Amino acid sequence: MLSGYRCLDLCDEKGFFAGKLLGDLRADVIKIEKPGGDPSRLIGPFYDGRSAYWDTSNTNKRGITLDLEKEAGARVFLRLAAGSDVIIESFPPGYLDRLGLGYDSLKKVNNKIILTSITPFGETGAYRDFKTSDLVAMSMGGITWLIGDTDRPPLTVGFPQAYYFAGAYAALATLMALYSREANGEGQHVSTSVQQSVVPVTLNAVPHWTVNGSLVKRAGDRRAGLTSGAPQRQTWKCQDGYVTLTIYGGARGAKTNRPLVEWMSEEGAAPDYLKEKDWTAFDVSKTTPQDWELIEAPICQFFLRHTKTELYREAMNRGIMLFPVYGFSDLLADPQLEARQYWNKVKIDESHSAVYPGAFAKVSETPIEMQRLSPGIGEHNREVLGKLGITEEELHRLKRSGVV
Amino acid sequence: MKVLEGLKVVDFTWSIAGPLTTKFLADYGATVVRVESATHPDFIRVSGPSTAPRPALDRSGHFAFFSPNKYSLALNMNHPEAGKVVRRLVEWGDVIADNFTPGIMTRWNLDYEHVKQINPDAICLSISQMGQTGPLRTVSGTGTNLVGMTGFTSITGWPDREPVQPFGGYPDFISAVLAACSLLGSLIYWRRTGKGQKIDVSQLEASLQFLAPLVLEHSVTGIEPGRHGNRSDSASPNGVYRCKGDDRWCSISVSTEEEWKGFAKALDGETWAHDARFSNLALRKKNEDELDMLVNQWTSRHTAENVMHILQENGVPAGVVQDPSDLVQDLQLAGLNTFWKLPQSEIGETVHLGELFHLPLTPAEAVRAAPSLGEHTEYVCRNILQMPEDEFTDLLLKGLLE
Repeated sequence: MLSGYRCLDLCDEKGFFAGKLLGDLRADVIKIEKPGGDPSRLIGPFYDGRSAYWDTSNTNKRGITLDLEKEAGARVFLRLAAGSDVIIESFPPGYLDRLGLGYDSLKKVNNKIILTSITPFGETGAYRDFKTSDLVAMSMGGITWLIGDTDRPPLTVGFPQAYYFAGAYAALATLMALYSREANGEGQHVSTSVQQSVVPVTLNAVPHWTVNGSLVKRAGDRRAGLTSGAPQRQTWKCQDGYVTLTIYGGARGAKTNRPLVEWMSEEGAAPDYLKEKDWTAFDVSKTTPQDWELIEAPICQFFLRHTKTELYREAMNRGIMLFPVYGFSDLLADPQLEARQYWNKVKIDESHSAVYPGAFAKVSETPIEMQRLSPGIGEHNREVLGKLGITEEELHRLKRSGVV
Repeated sequence: MKVLEGLKVVDFTWSIAGPLTTKFLADYGATVVRVESATHPDFIRVSGPSTAPRPALDRSGHFAFFSPNKYSLALNMNHPEAGKVVRRLVEWGDVIADNFTPGIMTRWNLDYEHVKQINPDAICLSISQMGQTGPLRTVSGTGTNLVGMTGFTSITGWPDREPVQPFGGYPDFISAVLAACSLLGSLIYWRRTGKGQKIDVSQLEASLQFLAPLVLEHSVTGIEPGRHGNRSDSASPNGVYRCKGDDRWCSISVSTEEEWKGFAKALDGETWAHDARFSNLALRKKNEDELDMLVNQWTSRHTAENVMHILQENGVPAGVVQDPSDLVQDLQLAGLNTFWKLPQSEIGETVHLGELFHLPLTPAEAVRAAPSLGEHTEYVCRNILQMPEDEFTDLLLKGLLE
């Protein structure tokens, strides 16, 4: 889709994902690291002594080293920028300007350039220089408040997420700017903040506050704020783990609640009041915790008799919206993902493969494929800089002076 | 000039993942026509908060939040003559979007193969739980439940407790932005070559993009990541700490030794912050229970805002655990136009989700509040689809447009 476009990726972990998505869409993405390698190569989790974080975030990119803080490095960078379409960066606000490499300077060498900036809290305002972490961004963006057990501190999602959202929105901003440029020939300096990019995940918590003044709070394995009713159970224990199921009201709920109760009664596990319940008339927004206790108790008992696979299989047969809580071995064995040939498997030895997630979308004419693994430190220095007209001799000089 | 000015989108999406995807198009100038029906309404339209005592289709603040800038056409797709209007829509549209259970668009002759016969260059975007192919393609559900299958539930929670759900329909938010990226990529291709295509987004597959390192790690080492509360291998302290006030909290992350020095400096009078047993990351991880207790003792004497400011001034990442009331007052978010207040025809002035990224030359614009169901039926039929008046009246009388 993006073949012919070149993107220079200056990001640390806050922006890795943006360049990866553009690379997936076939842009020529060149990851630029400091000589010696980016510190983000040391972010866990690790496998075989390698960073799984780095390796999965930098597929479909080539890699060069370049010290932008050295004058010769900045000069090389501007030459690269002259032949590129997009530059993505996640430095602290103002950093590139201080090096003389801000948008205005880039525009001088390439008036169509698109610069995409990812910052923790925005490029202006009182918090522009505040530092972030995944946890801090998830907290300032409103997600952490909504997750966790009621009797303990709020929780974030169990794996860092904010930089994925920021990277994805930065990629979307970049794509919009490219689409716009196709029409009017103009580049621009687009931006997103990590904090801002996670706000949508709060779903309806903001309107609950602004419309009715009700403050949705964390509710453990229950779900608050779906309606104005009492928080309802989301995860349910079964024989060998957990499953997820939401008891919805009205016609939509009836479609899945009825077959569930039927199944329970076939196994003698449904009390009369569940069998007789008019699910279509059931209004979740009027429920109290006691109502839920009555409905949930027999279902909890029933689920404990079965494994998650049994429950999921039978739920599918009966049209019940129930899903297993998967661990990672479950995911890698899932028949649907297998049938869709989702995983990218890279052979390590005769009997083992390293597995990467596949395409984020299946696109008919311009398929998204993993075409290269993450680059080694400076792996494409010669290739990329040579193309720029930098001779072997010059490259040696740049290496000796620590520029590449 | 708006980025997507002139782009025509026929929007059959409902719930969250689809409407959030098409919101990005509408915000940047595309003409997005929501096709919906009171005979089978989008359940988000009756999802809280509502300004009415009883669920009412046009009173949901939840629906409004995710659907600014769109038009709404009421069309009963199960009416025997619905095909007439559908044909006009397909002829008109550049993009046809849906997130129904696979099979439904085919039933209506709206799958890519059919669309292509009428409009060969169309782009068809379908988002579903598990994709348009494979043995489980027809499984229906919502992100709220699917999340269990994506792996997120199994890793979220305290190690000594049951897993908890990431809030709401977590996979919807990953799917929406990634679907939008695939769509914009396709639009660039379309603009360069004139060719359309079919996009198949599986919410399960999209979600796994955000867990890629855990997949790779597991495939080689066999490690199940498990649940670790808020803790991290690469930072300590890294947690949510109690502050002064009712249910007020501040998040703190100390990753580097420089940040630890800043932390110790910020906690001026606290001698423990200079103790040898916390002097490097390995030691802080080893003594983390005690460290967390001491940090909590300090934070609980200050407001969450103060903790954030004191630490940030010393170069330590820290941030208030903002609740929804904090979010709407947050000046950083306001400065980035994250929320729009727009007058919705039934609700009145209400908050809509605004910009999530900024394009200074071609910014998103809040032109219209979220539509009431069928609010633009006549406008869409007469002005957009150029339907003659007698045809429109005929459809209206036959009850198609409801």
